[in-house]
Amino acid sequence: MTDVRSISFQYRRSADYERRQPQPHPILIVGAGPVGLVVALDLAAKGHRSIVIDKKTNLAAGSRAICWAKRTLEIMDRLGLGEVLTRKGVTWQTGKVFFATRRVFEFDLLPESAHRRPAFVNLQQYYFEHFCIEAAARTGLVDLRWQEEVVDLQPTSDGMLIQIRTPDGDYRLVADWVIAADGARSTIRRHLGLGFEGRVFDDQFLICDIKMRMERPAERWFWFDPPFNRGRSALLHKQADDVWRLDFQLGATADRDEEIKPDNVARRVRAMLGADIAFGFEWISLYRFQSRRLQRFRHGRVLFAGDAAHQMSPFGARGGNSGIQDADNLAWKLDLVLRRLAPESLLDSYDSERIAAAEENLLNTTRSTDFIAPKGAISRAFRDGVLALAETEPLARRLVNSGRLSVAASYAGSPLNGPDDFAAGECPLTRPGAAAVDAPVADAWLLEALGDGFVGVCFGRERAAAADLGRADRRLSAGAIPIKILMVSDEIACHRYGAERSPAYYLFRPDQHVAARWRTLDAAALAGAVERASGRNARPST
Amino acid sequence: MPLKREPNLKDPDGLYAAILDAHADLSESESVALNARLVLLLANHIGEEAIVREALALARQSIDEAARS
Repeated sequence: MTDVRSISFQYRRSADYERRQPQPHPILIVGAGPVGLVVALDLAAKGHRSIVIDKKTNLAAGSRAICWAKRTLEIMDRLGLGEVLTRKGVTWQTGKVFFATRRVFEFDLLPESAHRRPAFVNLQQYYFEHFCIEAAARTGLVDLRWQEEVVDLQPTSDGMLIQIRTPDGDYRLVADWVIAADGARSTIRRHLGLGFEGRVFDDQFLICDIKMRMERPAERWFWFDPPFNRGRSALLHKQADDVWRLDFQLGATADRDEEIKPDNVARRVRAMLGADIAFGFEWISLYRFQSRRLQRFRHGRVLFAGDAAHQMSPFGARGGNSGIQDADNLAWKLDLVLRRLAPESLLDSYDSERIAAAEENLLNTTRSTDFIAPKGAISRAFRDGVLALAETEPLARRLVNSGRLSVAASYAGSPLNGPDDFAAGECPLTRPGAAAVDAPVADAWLLEALGDGFVGVCFGRERAAAADLGRADRRLSAGAIPIKILMVSDEIACHRYGAERSPAYYLFRPDQHVAARWRTLDAAALAGAVERASGRNARPST
Repeated sequence: MPLKREPNLKDPDGLYAAILDAHADLSESESVALNARLVLLLANHIGEEAIVREALALARQSIDEAARS
C-alpha cells in the first residue's frame, strides 16, 4: 500500500461554479474528516446525494485520532467498512496502569466473548479517512470538493445560501441542510457567531508517533509519575504499520519551542523505551485541550457534529468516537425528514440525544483529566493515595482513572423512546435508548441482521413465542415506514436481551438503538413505537 | 439510612488517640496523604454513597462556619 498521505486531493471546478444563479442541493457537508465523511456515507447508503467540501489538499501527516471504539466499528460495519478498519488496525482490549515503577492496575475492556468487534482498534486517522474517501467515491452519490471552504452563509426561507471560496474564486450554492463537521476551529460556528465557551486546561502534552519494530503486546500502557517523566504522566499505544503513539504530559510552563525539537523528543523516547532502540519520527505535536460544547447542536438548517459541536480532553478516546456516534444519530433522522416520512422536529432529538451524550463525555473526560493532572496539593494527595493503595487493595483499583474509554451512548431520557415493560432493573444494558448489544445469530451477527431500518425482533427460545409477530408478517409498517421483522432464538442473544425464560420483543431504530421493548406485544404497539421513534407523534411538551 | 450523628463508638477516647497515633512523626504533607487514604478506605467500607456525601457536606459546613465566625 502506498503512503495514503502522499495522495493529493485535486481541486476540480464544479458545475455550481459555472452557474450564475446559486443552484439548490439537498445536503452540504462542511469538513471531510471522519465525522463529515461518515455522515456522507450513511446518507449515501440511504440513497441521498451530498456535497462534501474541505479545504485540505491531502490527509494530515499526523495520526491524530487513533483509538476507534467497538461502537464506532459497529457503525462502520453498517456502512461496510468495519472489516477493513479492523484488519488494517491493531486490536486491543487490555490497559495497564503503572505508578512510578510498579504495575498497579490492569483492565479488560471486553471480558465477554461472542461479539463481532473488539473493544478497540487502533488505526491512524488518515487511514480511517482514506477508507471513507474511497468508499464515498464508490457510492457515486458523494460529491467531494477539495480545496474549497465556506466564506459566508446566510439563511434563506427554506435553506442556507452558502458562499464557497476555491482556488479559482468564489461561487455560491443553496443547501436545504448544512452539516457542520469542520472541526474544533469550525468556520461555520464562527460565521453563525455561536459561543463555544468552556474550561481550558493549562497542562501541555507532547504527542509523538515513532516507527519502530518492538515486540510488545498491543495494550494501552499508562504511567503515573514514571521515572522517565517524574511527577507527570505518559501513555503508549500501538498503531498500524509499526507506528507507536507516545504521549507525555509536560506541565503548564513547558517551553513549547524547546520541547518539540526532535533531539529533545528523542531523549524522552529513549528514556521511556530504552537507550538502544532504533526508531524514526512520524509526527511530533504539542497540544493543550479544552472542555466545551455548543449550547445547541441544531441551528435551524445547520447541524453541528463532532469537534465542531464539542471538544474534550483526549483521555478516554471520546472525541472521535463521539463524533462518529453524532453522525450515526443524525443520518437516519435526516433521511426520514428528506423523504418526508418524519417532521423536521425529529432533528430536535438529534440535539437532545447528542447533547446528553456530549455531557456524559465531557463529564468523564474532565474527571479523568483531574485525576491525571491534579490541580493542587490535596487533589494530588488523593490521586497518589488511590495509586498507592491500588497495588494491593482492589477497592482502590476502581478509582484509578487514566481515561474512561469510550462506550456507546445510551439515550435513556430520549423523547423518542417508547414503552419498556420489563421489570425494574431487569436487563439494564438493553433498555430503550441503549445501543444494540451484538450477539451471534444463525450464521451471522445480530447487528448485521438488524441492518439500518426499523426492525422488530422477537427474542425467544420457543417457536410459539413468535406467534404475535409472526401473524403480523413481514409487511408490517407504520404509515409509509416499513418495519422489518426478525425472529432470534440463539442462546447468547436471548440471554443478552433477557429472553431466557420468556420471550422479549424489541424495536430497534435505524441507528440500532433500542426504541422500545415489551414482554407481550401486538403489531399496533410496534407501529405506535415506530411513530414515536420517528417523531411523528411526539409527546406534547409540557 | 442517614449519617449517624449520635455517639456510635465503644471507646471514643481510645479511637481518638489511635487516630493521632497514626499521624505520629509524620510531616504535614504525609499527614495529608494519610488522611486521604483513610477517607478512601472508609468511604469504600461505608459503601452507601449518600452517607459519605452527607458526611462530606457536614464536614465542609463546619469549616465554612468556622471561616465566617
